Amino acid sequence: MNSVKRIFQHKSQQILSIYFTAGFPKLADTTTIIKELEKSGVDFIEVGLPYSDPLADGPTIQKSSHEALQNGINLDIVFEQLMSIKNTNKTPLVLMGYLNQMLKYGEHKFCQKIVECGIDTVILPDLPMVEFENHYKELFDAYGITNVFLITPQTTEERIKKIDDYTKSFIYMVASSSITGAKGEISKQQIDYFERIKQMNLKSNLVIGFGISDNKTYSKACEYANGAIIGSAFINFLEQNSVAKIDEFVLSIKK
Amino acid sequence: MTSKYQPDKNGYFGQFGGAFIPELLYPNVKELEDNYIQIIESEEFQKEYKSLLKDFVGRPSPLYFAKRLSAKYGAQIYLKREDLNHTGAHKINNTIGQILIAQKLGKTKIIAETGAGQHGVATATVCALMGLDCTVFMGEKDIVRQAPNVARMKMLGAKVVPATSGSKTLKDATNEAIRYWIQHPETFYLIGSVVGPHPHPDMVARLQAVISEEMKWQLKEKTGNENPDTIIACVGGGSNAAGAFYHYMDDEEVELIAVEAAGLGVNSGESAATSQLGQVGIIHGSKTILMQDEYGQIVEPYSISAGLDYPGVGPLHAFLYESGRATFMNATDQEALDAAYELTKIEGIIPALETAHALAVLPKMTLKKDQVIVINLSGRGDKDLETFIKHLKE
Repeated sequence: MNSVKRIFQHKSQQILSIYFTAGFPKLADTTTIIKELEKSGVDFIEVGLPYSDPLADGPTIQKSSHEALQNGINLDIVFEQLMSIKNTNKTPLVLMGYLNQMLKYGEHKFCQKIVECGIDTVILPDLPMVEFENHYKELFDAYGITNVFLITPQTTEERIKKIDDYTKSFIYMVASSSITGAKGEISKQQIDYFERIKQMNLKSNLVIGFGISDNKTYSKACEYANGAIIGSAFINFLEQNSVAKIDEFVLSIKK
Repeated sequence: MTSKYQPDKNGYFGQFGGAFIPELLYPNVKELEDNYIQIIESEEFQKEYKSLLKDFVGRPSPLYFAKRLSAKYGAQIYLKREDLNHTGAHKINNTIGQILIAQKLGKTKIIAETGAGQHGVATATVCALMGLDCTVFMGEKDIVRQAPNVARMKMLGAKVVPATSGSKTLKDATNEAIRYWIQHPETFYLIGSVVGPHPHPDMVARLQAVISEEMKWQLKEKTGNENPDTIIACVGGGSNAAGAFYHYMDDEEVELIAVEAAGLGVNSGESAATSQLGQVGIIHGSKTILMQDEYGQIVEPYSISAGLDYPGVGPLHAFLYESGRATFMNATDQEALDAAYELTKIEGIIPALETAHALAVLPKMTLKKDQVIVINLSGRGDKDLETFIKHLKE
C-alpha cells in the first residue's frame, strides 16, 4: 500500500503535512528538517525539489528554490540526502517538483532513485491528466509510484471523478485560484468550494493546500478535508528561525 | 490545409508540443482549444481579421527586391517588409487575430509578455483599439534596454509589470504572465510567439501564416513562381519564422533557414542558440528543445536582442529542426550589428536587432546568382537605435 495512504488508515482527520524546499536554508538542512518535522509529529512531509522556473509557486517558494540552487543543491544531492535517512525516517515523504526535472534526469532513473529512497508518492503540478494517462501512468505503475493530482475551484465534477478513480494516496485540493503563498484567511467563496467537494463524497482522501498558513486556516481546512498542507508559511519561518525551533512552528499550527 | 507540420489532437508536432499546465489553467486552455479553429475558420472572423489587417495594420506588407543587397551577395534577395506594419513588426498580425478570438470568447482582460517590447506594443495597441484592459509583463532588464517601447505601451494605456525573477528577461516575463494567469484564470493570455501550451503555438502560427500566404502571390507576380529557393527568418520563440515558413512547409524544395542568436558565440556561455545548446525539455507549458543543465534547470540565455533572448524555441520549430526540414543557423551579436549597419547603408532600411540576425547569415552562405531568397524582415530598428548608436561609437 502507498505509504501516505497508510497514514490515512490510522488517522482520517487533522492530517498535517509540511512542505519544505530541499537544500534550504542551507544545503545540508534537508535531513535535519525532515528529522525535526518527524519529531514534532507531522503526518507526512513534502520535499520540494528546487527548480529554476517554478510556475505554480509564489514568491516565497520561488526565493527558497533560488537560494537552494545557489547553495548547490541538485537532484543527485537530494537523493543522497534522502538515502542517508532512509532507514531512520518513518514519516512518509512526498516529492514535489516539476516535470522537466524528471524528464532531463531520465524518467526511469528518476523513478528508480525515488524508490531506492523509500519514496512512493510524487506531486508534479505541471503534469496534466492526459499526459499521465498516455505515458506516465504506466511508468509510475511499473515502479509502484503514485501521482498526486491537484483539483481547483475550476475543476469540473466529471474531471474530479476521474481524478478520484486514479488516486491512490490523496487528492491535493488547491484552496483557491492561486499560486502558492500565505493568504491569511479563508473566504466564503473558498468555503463554498470546500463544501461542494465534500458533498461529492469522493473515495479518496482530501488534503487542502495553497494559502494555508496558521492554526486558523489549518483548522478551517480540516473541517472540510482530511487535512492540510503548509508550505510558504513554513519557509518564512525557516528564514527567520533556526531549524532547531521547527517544533515551535508545528505546535503553533496544531495548538 | 492538411500538413504533417500541423499538430495532432494533443497539440504535438512529432514529439514536441502538448499542454503541460497546472490544473488551474486547464479550463481556460481547454476552452481555447475547443474553439480556436472554429473561430479562425469562420467567415465572420476572417472578414474582421482581413479588414483590420488591411486597414489598420497596412497589409499586404510589400515584398521588396533588395537590388543592392542582391548584387553584393550574388543572389536574388527579396525582403518581406513586416517592418512596415503598424507598430513596426510582424507581431501585430497575431495580436489582431487573438484579440478577435478573445472577444468572441467573451474575455475582457488581456495579459501578455514581451521581450523586445514589440509584442507588448502590439498587444497594447489592439487592446486600445478594442477598449480592453491590458497588462504586459516585461523583464526588468528589457524594460531598461527597450525604453521607447515601454513608453509606447504606457501611452496606449497598458500596465507594464516588471518581471524581477531569474534573468529578468523574456523567459521570466513569461513565467510571471503564467503565474498571473493562474491567479486570474478569467483573463485571456495573448501570447506573443509560437510557444506555450497547445493550442497557442498552432493558433499563433495560423495567425502569422498571412506572411507566407502573401509571399506566395507576391513572388508569383514578381518572379513567375510562387516558391522561392530559400526563406530566411530569425528565431527566438519563432513566430515570424513560423509565419514566413507556414505555407511552404510542405513544399520540400523550398529551403527553410531559421537563424538563432549566438550572443557572444555559441559556446561562449552567453548565447541563445537553442537548437545547438538545448535538449528536449518542458518550458512554459510545452515540450520542446530547451537550454538546460543536466538536472533540467533552465539555463539563462543571452543575446543583444531582447526578442531572441529566450532559452527555448516553439515546438513546431523543434520539430522542423529535428526532422531536418529547416536548417538552423546562428549569428553573434556583432554579426547582427554588422548586418544591421549594412542593410541601413545599402538599402536604406534600419532593421530590428532580431531581424538583423536573419540578415547576418548571408555572408556565411554559398549563394547562386539565380537563387531566389526571401528574408523575413520581421521588424524595424527604431526601438534599437540606442544600441545601434552605442556600438557605432565604439
